Amino acid sequence: MQIPAELLYTKTHEWVKRGANDIVVGITAHAQEELRDVVFIELPKIGKSVKQGEPAAVIESVKAAFDIYAPVSGTISRINDAVAKSPQLVNQDCYGTGWLFAISPSSPDELSALMPSGEYAKQIQVETH
Amino acid sequence: MDYTPNTDAQLYEMLKAIGVSSFEALIEMVPEPIRQPTLNVPSGLAEAQVIELGEDLAAKNRSLKHVTSFLGAGAYQHLVPTVVDALSARGEWLTPYTPYQAEASQGTLQAIYEFQTMICELLQMDVANASLYDGASSVAEAAVLAFRATERPRILVSEAVHPHARQVLATYLSGTSAMIQEIPTVNGVTDMEALGKALRDDVACVIMQQPNVFGCLEPMAHASELTHRPGALFVASVYPISLGVLQPPGAYGADIAVAEGRCLGSPVAYGGPGLGLFTTTSALLRRIPGRLAGCTVDQAGRRGYTLTLQTREQHIRRERATSNICTNEGWLALRATIFLSLLGPTGLREMAMLSLEKAHYANERLREIPGISAAFDQPFFNEFTLRYSETVDIAKVHRALAKAGFVGGFPLAHWYPTLPHTTLWCVTEVISQDAIDGLIDTLKRMV
Repeated sequence: MQIPAELLYTKTHEWVKRGANDIVVGITAHAQEELRDVVFIELPKIGKSVKQGEPAAVIESVKAAFDIYAPVSGTISRINDAVAKSPQLVNQDCYGTGWLFAISPSSPDELSALMPSGEYAKQIQVETH
Repeated sequence: MDYTPNTDAQLYEMLKAIGVSSFEALIEMVPEPIRQPTLNVPSGLAEAQVIELGEDLAAKNRSLKHVTSFLGAGAYQHLVPTVVDALSARGEWLTPYTPYQAEASQGTLQAIYEFQTMICELLQMDVANASLYDGASSVAEAAVLAFRATERPRILVSEAVHPHARQVLATYLSGTSAMIQEIPTVNGVTDMEALGKALRDDVACVIMQQPNVFGCLEPMAHASELTHRPGALFVASVYPISLGVLQPPGAYGADIAVAEGRCLGSPVAYGGPGLGLFTTTSALLRRIPGRLAGCTVDQAGRRGYTLTLQTREQHIRRERATSNICTNEGWLALRATIFLSLLGPTGLREMAMLSLEKAHYANERLREIPGISAAFDQPFFNEFTLRYSETVDIAKVHRALAKAGFVGGFPLAHWYPTLPHTTLWCVTEVISQDAIDGLIDTLKRMV
């Protein structure tokens, strides 16, 4: 199971990459495996304000629909149009071309609530056993 | 409450939770005489006597079999071919339950799929659902869809949209932060200047009705174009039979088109049931409320039908579902499907043309009567608004008409207090020319 060390993670299986101006959000390899084939993604509008822990996007798979939560509060700065057109990118490359949206954070210290890769690895181990 | 198995303690607990002192207080808005009425059915009657009693009571009703009705105002009488009754009364269609199990419900699912296809063709829209409760709930669901899809707070609705639909709309949106603004009318149609002024970039949608509640034809293409300028959605509520002669909503760029579909193969019945048609564009497919039947293939490549895109729905999406309607008016939708397949595009056009011609004939003849004039100077389909001179006592005249076997036009002051002496008349293909002439002769003697 791929859990890149340079990323931060949420309990709800989103990953977060810190950039220069905003933070990029996607779902983890573990999450996309659990979801199975993703068939539809509903992304937020650019400029929408989101709150940490509240639903920001929806991923629909052949199994069900799942909310994707904002890892931090802020404003949606970018969305991945490619993944909206080709939802299977989430299954094929969840840490790369399958990213979902980026947030320009309003309170960057909220990032401290997120988990480093080791801690996330432990969490999914507990969940799957 | 005789058949509700709640204990007094449970009742008390529920009433306490909603802050009401007693069950009587909860239902006090229901007029006293109709609150829990006692039925006068004497005990100890034989079966035959009970039937006789029932028939005697039923004979007191005057149905459309006994009178000629010129009422429309949202409920329209149209021909229902007997095949519709014969086929829809079959046990296979009357008894099936919700088709969640595709393997056991292919017939029901195919009927819904055909229904959706025909409704898309009729309204010229990309996608139709399996139907909602009635036209009014379709209008309200359209506003909810627009409110969520655009993330904008204001809903503009023409004052010439049926007042029942506007009431349901207000009820539906009362729990949200959406705001409803009514757009006034001028000479029987929506005021385009007022609409243009009200349209800003915080408007989610504009709701208009074609023909509108006064029977007048609205400038839908113009309204749709105005609505799209600031990025709002255009919602059209239409009268399905009128589409035999009028432009379909897809042709003027409606984003959501809805209708009361009961006129397609079901009779006007006392209070209902209705058939809510709901259609939209491919762009809004994922936001459509209610059920959708889809066509697919099984493992062996054979065609099959199934409920689809269910992740929108309540049983999967819970509180974030697109709607809390997770059923449909299956039997009326089936009747509409049989009706439309019997008529075809040509039959529907003939039905619409007959209605239109008879209504225009009646309109001309009625306006020849001194004391009766057109209320608005607008083109119409099969419903029109007349004004009596102020000296005419409408209630008295219409009581006399009823004695002669005619139900006169609907007095609009019930809904629009600013329109006294004004009545709304509807003539469809089921009204004979003799009946129209009979009405004219009777009215001439009274006005």
